[in-house]
Amino acid sequence: MSETLQNESLATDPDTNRLERAPRRSTWSAYLHSPLGVAGGAVLVLVVLAALLAPVLAPQDPSTADLALAFHGPTTGHPLGLDSAGRDVLSRLLYGARTTLGGAGLAVAVALVLGVPTGLVAGYRGRRFDGVASWLVNLVMSLPAMIVLLASRAILGPTVWVLMLVMGVLVAPSFYRLTRGVVADVRGELYVDAARVSGLSDARIIGRHVLVVVRAPIIIQAALVGGIAIGLQAGLEFLGIGSGDTPTWGAMLNEAFQNIQRSPGLIVWPGLALGLTSASLVLVASALRDALEGAGGARRARRRPAPRTSTTPVPVPAPVPSSAGSDVPRGGLLSVRGLAVAYGTDDDAREVVHDVDLDVGPGEIVGLVGESGSGKSQTAFSVLGILPRGGHVVRGSVTVEGQEVLELDERARRTLRGRVVAYVPQEPMSNLDPTFTIGSQLAEPLRCTLGLSRRAAHARVVELLRQVEIKDPERVARLYPHEISGGMAQRVLIAGAMSGDPRLLVADEPTTALDVTVQAEVLALLRRLRDERGLGVLLVTHNLGVVADLCDRVAVMQDGRIVENGTTAQVLRRPEHPYTRRLVGAVLDDAPCREPWEPPSSAPDRTEATA
Amino acid sequence: MTTFVLRRLAAGIFLLLVISFLTFALLSVPHTDVGRALLGQNASQAAVDARNASLGLDRPMLAQYADWLSHAVRGDLGRSWFTGEDVWSALATRLPVTLSIVVGVTLVTAVLSLLLGVWAAVRGGVVDRLVQVLSVIGYALPGFLVTLVLVLVFAVQLRWFPAIGYIPFTQSPSGWLSTVTLPIAALSVGAVAGVAQQVRGSVADVLERDFVRTLRARGLPPGRILFRHVVRNASAPALTVLGLQFVGLLGGAVLVEQIFGLPGIGSMTVQYTTRGDIPVIMGLVMVSVVGVVVVNLVVDVLVGVPNPKARVA
Repeated sequence: MSETLQNESLATDPDTNRLERAPRRSTWSAYLHSPLGVAGGAVLVLVVLAALLAPVLAPQDPSTADLALAFHGPTTGHPLGLDSAGRDVLSRLLYGARTTLGGAGLAVAVALVLGVPTGLVAGYRGRRFDGVASWLVNLVMSLPAMIVLLASRAILGPTVWVLMLVMGVLVAPSFYRLTRGVVADVRGELYVDAARVSGLSDARIIGRHVLVVVRAPIIIQAALVGGIAIGLQAGLEFLGIGSGDTPTWGAMLNEAFQNIQRSPGLIVWPGLALGLTSASLVLVASALRDALEGAGGARRARRRPAPRTSTTPVPVPAPVPSSAGSDVPRGGLLSVRGLAVAYGTDDDAREVVHDVDLDVGPGEIVGLVGESGSGKSQTAFSVLGILPRGGHVVRGSVTVEGQEVLELDERARRTLRGRVVAYVPQEPMSNLDPTFTIGSQLAEPLRCTLGLSRRAAHARVVELLRQVEIKDPERVARLYPHEISGGMAQRVLIAGAMSGDPRLLVADEPTTALDVTVQAEVLALLRRLRDERGLGVLLVTHNLGVVADLCDRVAVMQDGRIVENGTTAQVLRRPEHPYTRRLVGAVLDDAPCREPWEPPSSAPDRTEATA
Repeated sequence: MTTFVLRRLAAGIFLLLVISFLTFALLSVPHTDVGRALLGQNASQAAVDARNASLGLDRPMLAQYADWLSHAVRGDLGRSWFTGEDVWSALATRLPVTLSIVVGVTLVTAVLSLLLGVWAAVRGGVVDRLVQVLSVIGYALPGFLVTLVLVLVFAVQLRWFPAIGYIPFTQSPSGWLSTVTLPIAALSVGAVAGVAQQVRGSVADVLERDFVRTLRARGLPPGRILFRHVVRNASAPALTVLGLQFVGLLGGAVLVEQIFGLPGIGSMTVQYTTRGDIPVIMGLVMVSVVGVVVVNLVVDVLVGVPNPKARVA
């Protein structure tokens, strides 16, 4: 017993802290910072108070009619005037709030009671219950809701409560789906596994871990469904399909609409009440969602400095020529001097690359090494002009074949991409568009930027695939990205980079996502392309083994700066900077530097396609 | 592909059967005395009984359902108890009205949401916030309230469009347009609000994906990347939401048709359900369920067109 308790506290402690306490506070303060959310909440509180206090606040009984006073304007006893039957508008409005809110409350309650527990069980237990429940849910969702509502009214009687009860049943699937989805996600989390392993009962796990997570989405959904229920209820009453004589906002609107010519003002109050109430519900829901996402978003943003890429360039301040350029003569193919890259706008711009100098000559492979976040990829992206949204070059100079590219406009820059400077990305799979075949996405730049005909483009694609040592290129061209292996995808991407016959290849960790044998093949391919075509390669990597294998020269980057730069032999054998020494030491201490890889003389016949 | 469609159609037919039975059973439970309602208070009990018997109402519910079903599969949905109209031909004359509106709203919604959503996702900033606020407003206001405002402004005040009535397309295309414009506008507000938001979200997601950067690095123009690659990848969730909206529109049509006095399926529903006219209600339910099944099927097939992984085998 005591052991169970101990295990439980071990299993639950960090997670309850994380999920329950910390975000709740920040969510509330985020919510209170949203003016629309606060206003919506205030309106809702007022409407609820008005409904509760209707008997006290109302000047008279909502059904008391005095035909002599029909359409009379506001008086002291009747601040909002009187309607077509001489009934007090304010009283009807106040009592109408009771029906409206009560009905919506009933619908939400029914939906919650039906949808949440079933969703919990289906999401947590899955299997057969999930199958049956999901089938029922699909059935209910295919029901024509309006017809069911109208028919049920004919069957069960014309009161607003019946309508709202039926509506609750009809919208229960939305709660079921929501709960089931969230719970199924949570169930896979490690802390739930930990709780289960430590012997907690399912009921306890659901109560302490799972409910906490679904609570917020359910509150949001409830607010939205409440708004829909109010709108629907008023709509039906407006059509005269409601609770006969009970004062409701919908019925008031109907009455006002009928008398629109005689007394146009009557429509204002019920319309306003209805619009404000349902708008408040949506505002509360969306403020709550923003508050929740904001808390999560801030956490994500800290991990990843660049939130989005964009196809439209953000206005970029003109780069300032840097005085920090080195005295080394500039390389023939690519030369970077004093490059600095920053994210954000003037006030809170954060510089991530500082005064980087780099040179790549024709036929030269230059390694750019450093740990994650050291600015390697940002440097590579600046060379290509494809920094993510929010990132821009603040100063420095980048020349390609002697031409300053930072001064070019976007259009001119684009003509260089692919044809002079090409890019090989890190993750092969995520860098292919999953909706196009390999052949068509390789052919697109050929046709679009080089103006080849369909037939010529296809022939060139097959030729390119053959050059990157893909067997059966005709077949591979017809496959979709999800039908090929990671190694083959990386070859396809190299083929894509080579399609414009570039002179410089910027390869951003081209082998990191591949397994070791495929890595070696891809590196051999890069070396061959260099040897055959005199291609210059800027190879971004964190793997010193790759550098030793392939690179002629290497630049070491730390915290956005180049800390050491030289020939591979020099940097790896006699590192000068302490950081380089640590990097090299980490490799050499444990394992001897491996032999340069030689391609097998007779390549074994392997098919990489998983199709 | 064919087997997928066939399987889905079979599931749809099964769904139709289940729903028709449930509806029939529910409608039959608390029977108001139909014969009495038809013949009036003064009719003799014998005449009322005879009338009920002629409608088959004296038989057990299952027998009545079997009878209805055996006629329905042959395309005979029976006659209205109260007006004697043939249900099928009544539906056939009203369906084009509702379809004009629902299809119109779907097209308007698809085009506007695509433009607004892509614009908001790509531009960000002010445009993005504007679209978000618009969509909250469109979502927050009950549809019929929007309809009322449109009627008051454009029909009552400005008199640009008729407030009420319907002119068939075959009679006068321009007249048809003038009678369906306001109803379509009224329903589109809420639909665009929902779908544009979805398009914005999924386009923004796709813009962050790695392959977009790779395509830029190959020198493709931004417009081409956006409309050929990004929109295509973002289309699946947007299409799904559009399909859901379509289903919701069948309900929205009820309100709009009542307000604009359009002789469609929606106003028919209001008229006949309140009287408990079982043959007509069954016809209406069948038509709407068929609509839902077909739309869901079309959405599933369309989602597969740009997305080979989701493509139905």
